[in-house]
Amino acid sequence: MDIATLKTPKNLITGAILLVILVLLATLPLYGPGYPVILLSSILMYVILTVGWVIFSAPTGYISLAPAAFFGFGIYTSAIIGKAIPFAVVVAIGGAASFCLALIVGALTLRLRGIYFAVFTFGLLMLIANSFNYYEIHFTGTRGRFVMVKGYDTIYFFMLGIFVLLMITATLIKHSKYGLALMSIGQEEEAAEHTGVNVVMVKVIIFAVSAFFMGAAGSVMATKWTYIDSGIAFYMLYSFMPVLMAIFGGMGQLYGPVIGAAIFTYLEELLITRFPEVYMLIFGIILVISILYLPDGLVGLIQESWKRFSVRKHADT
Amino acid sequence: MIVEILDVVIAGLLLGGIYALIAVGLSLQYGVARVFNISHGEFIMLGAFATWILYTTAGINPLISLVMCGPFVFLIGFFLHKTLFRSLLNSSPNMNIFESKSMLACFGLLFIIQNIAILIWGADHKGYSYLNVGVNLGGAVFAANRLVTLLYAVAIGTAFYLFLAFTRLGKAIRAAAQDPRTAGLMGVDINQVLALCFGFGAVMAGFAGALISMCYPIQTTMGLEYTVIAIIVVTLGGLGSIVGSFLGGFLLGLIGSIVSYIEPSLYMVVFYFIFSLLLLVRPKGILGK
Repeated sequence: MDIATLKTPKNLITGAILLVILVLLATLPLYGPGYPVILLSSILMYVILTVGWVIFSAPTGYISLAPAAFFGFGIYTSAIIGKAIPFAVVVAIGGAASFCLALIVGALTLRLRGIYFAVFTFGLLMLIANSFNYYEIHFTGTRGRFVMVKGYDTIYFFMLGIFVLLMITATLIKHSKYGLALMSIGQEEEAAEHTGVNVVMVKVIIFAVSAFFMGAAGSVMATKWTYIDSGIAFYMLYSFMPVLMAIFGGMGQLYGPVIGAAIFTYLEELLITRFPEVYMLIFGIILVISILYLPDGLVGLIQESWKRFSVRKHADT
Repeated sequence: MIVEILDVVIAGLLLGGIYALIAVGLSLQYGVARVFNISHGEFIMLGAFATWILYTTAGINPLISLVMCGPFVFLIGFFLHKTLFRSLLNSSPNMNIFESKSMLACFGLLFIIQNIAILIWGADHKGYSYLNVGVNLGGAVFAANRLVTLLYAVAIGTAFYLFLAFTRLGKAIRAAAQDPRTAGLMGVDINQVLALCFGFGAVMAGFAGALISMCYPIQTTMGLEYTVIAIIVVTLGGLGSIVGSFLGGFLLGLIGSIVSYIEPSLYMVVFYFIFSLLLLVRPKGILGK
């Protein structure tokens, strides 16, 4: 985004609103401790996973089912080195570990296309989860480990910080030449290659950048759970949820996934402890309906009805 | 020593029979209908529970209820394709987008079917005892129900292969697998064939579920485990290759049996390792074109 577009009144208003929301979010713990902070931390966790997923998968059309692998890598980093090092450094290392994993995985596998890529990333997640499990049982002799506990406010501020960084990164990528390159890859990879896009490099780097944020979020959230094992850290739903939330919210705009993630996390908080089956059932039904009838998600639906509404208004005058 | 080898090999083949059946179903759904059915395991679960209910409430022999459950699961699959996947197919600009969309829709189906089943039957293990007598095979002892399972799996697999190779409908299915557009131009009712294939895939899963319920305890959440195995086998055999999937099932059963013999806890790690390696080195599988 360059300066010129910032000067139009509409963008100024959007900027002002964003700033107010950000200030409100940042000062939230001051208004009183307790539930809102915890809920918002969970929402931010899914928002980060979802937006992180969207950066890479939305423009390219490569469906990655690896978010849980990157998230889990962050969680384990935090569990292993969390006690010795300052927390901010731990989070950075957690992100970096996932970044490196994604770099290796991406370089190896991004030549797989379509369904093969989705299946491979899923297999990778299961391979990593099972290997950790095997290692723990046979070499450390225990299953799982304890994590240094942090206060809810600390967790919240770190999640908020990662979220803001992620949104800035996502916007920058979207409006840079990399964003265009990603979109051209999604539309026609061969053509993109012939027009001089370094297809492999762009894909691998953006894949790794998205993994960085997932890993960082993982190493923060680990401190909330106090105890983790390979089943918790590499829980499959952390891969599926972002996909659903992004589809439900709509991937055309960056705030689509944010809205989708926020709605679903709230639904989860309401239902999952008392009626887990009902929650998962609703989850499935909404997923199928979104795929069938909401190609551009909730945001697309709202934009569409807004357009129709304003057209009718003009037609009347 | 020979008894031990026999033990491992036969156990592998017994496991492989079920794997093969599951994989053929998935292979049919992906190879022809282009739906990568993540909810495949849920149809296995449905077949298993239908057999369990018929046996425990009405006392119907599982081998007979197998034939009764078939049409029931077939209809579910058939109508799912007629409604859900058909409209996805119509709204997708190209096959790649359809494949991604239908795969995600299958995730939705997975959660829907599984959680309705949990609401009805709960999440506990269920089971019944049928033909649970030992049979001695050259020193290695196996339960008779598992041997029947293998026999049925091979019979169903062979019957289906003959159906594909020699009947008119089988020919139409093979044509649709190669090139749906051209097959349509040659007078194949393509929408019908795709829906039939999806239904047949579901039937295979239902059969496999019925056979599984004879030998192992069943659970409403058992589906995903078998889906994952089916995906590995199908990749091993080559996506869309029916014969490859059938052979791949036995191969994976043997590998699993050998690994279990050496180090049981490495079982899943080895499966995923083979799977990942295969996708990197030879994504087309052992019999892929």
